Amino acid sequence: MIESIIAWVMALLAFIAAVYAVEAKDLLSSAISAGIASLVVSILFLMLHAPDVAITEASIGAGLTMAIFVYSIGRTERWEK
Amino acid sequence: MRRMAGIVLAALLFACIMYAFTFVKTYDYNSSDYYYTDPIEGGKVNETVTGHYIENTKNETGAINAVTAIVVEYRGFDTLGEVTVLFTASTGVSMLLYSLHQRRKRREANLILKEGSKIVLPFILLTGAYIFIHGHLTPGGGFPGGSVIASGFLLMMVAYPKYFLKESRVSITESVAGMIFVLIGMLGLVFASYFLENFLSLGDVGRLFSAGIIPIIYIAIGFKVGAELSGIMNNLKGVEE
Amino acid sequence: MIWAIYFAIASLLAIGIYGVITKKNLMKIFISISIMETGVNLMLIAIGYIPGGTAPIENGDFTTYVDPLPQALVLTAIVIGVSVLALALVMVINYYEKNKTLEYRRLMKW
Repeated sequence: MIESIIAWVMALLAFIAAVYAVEAKDLLSSAISAGIASLVVSILFLMLHAPDVAITEASIGAGLTMAIFVYSIGRTERWEK
Repeated sequence: MRRMAGIVLAALLFACIMYAFTFVKTYDYNSSDYYYTDPIEGGKVNETVTGHYIENTKNETGAINAVTAIVVEYRGFDTLGEVTVLFTASTGVSMLLYSLHQRRKRREANLILKEGSKIVLPFILLTGAYIFIHGHLTPGGGFPGGSVIASGFLLMMVAYPKYFLKESRVSITESVAGMIFVLIGMLGLVFASYFLENFLSLGDVGRLFSAGIIPIIYIAIGFKVGAELSGIMNNLKGVEE
Repeated sequence: MIWAIYFAIASLLAIGIYGVITKKNLMKIFISISIMETGVNLMLIAIGYIPGGTAPIENGDFTTYVDPLPQALVLTAIVIGVSVLALALVMVINYYEKNKTLEYRRLMKW
């Protein structure tokens, strides 16, 4: 019962983070929101009993992917259009 | 016009995927449909791939973690291909960013980040090393361990604007680790029958020095992935002046 | 619990493909591709879930384990995804240095 509630809350958080990542005008906010979506998906991996994949997704998706995006935005423009 | 087409296509994809998920049945490999009687020895054998891997991991490989045994022992050649893809991407990033340099004023980080990162960095590297050394006993392995090491170096790059890794050391580590992996495969060809066969003894299950060549290969993969991801971050950050 | 995860998979894939079709900025297109890759990895593991099972590390108490084969393949797919994304973003940086803009109209002009 409590497991279902946590899973639904995480799914709604992932949905909201993905919508904000696509619609924001500021590219930095968009990259951070994609990192939040990766972190929430890592928690869902742990609820599906997959610990190796959860560690990998948490350190790569929420750390290295976001750092690559921030360094690339620093060398190009920050605001869309 | 383009927005309308985008919204319609996204809604259609959402509906199709949710409809397709109503047909998924739980696949229970333990049920008695998947067992057949072995005609030679007379025991009951599971005929699915997953059932065979789960029942025979401890006897054939000596590792407790089933995912590690699949990645290194049963499907070790795919890991060699994945290591090649990582190497190609890292070389490509280093070559394409060779001639661009950055003229931007960098600000110093504040005091908590500077002093705190000096204290926390050895523990992050130790955690990463623990994850890839004990790959066959606890969850983890070479790929998460290398990522944790790379994120430790990323912390140092964020806190100190003038911190750069030496290119020659990163490159030598990565190349030596890759060569050790292929060399152990070739030794499997010499001492036993095929490439990447387990030719060392299996040992006691549950101890650190067990499971044949699995810890050695995972240590090499951990060093290689950590060095490559740190090299990509180093090239994206800038050029040392 | 499984239906919450199916909803998350479908929404991540649908929002990702909306971003790829509609947007004109190259950086926004690559962020959408990264969101779609996360959704696909989640789908591969959600298919291999057996209710009542535990993590595929052997201990003496349990008899039902979760399917370990998709987890081994997804472990490789996540690392390949981040390395291909790094190479693509370096090409976007080179494109910006030549054309001083991040829209893809110049690519279609030859």
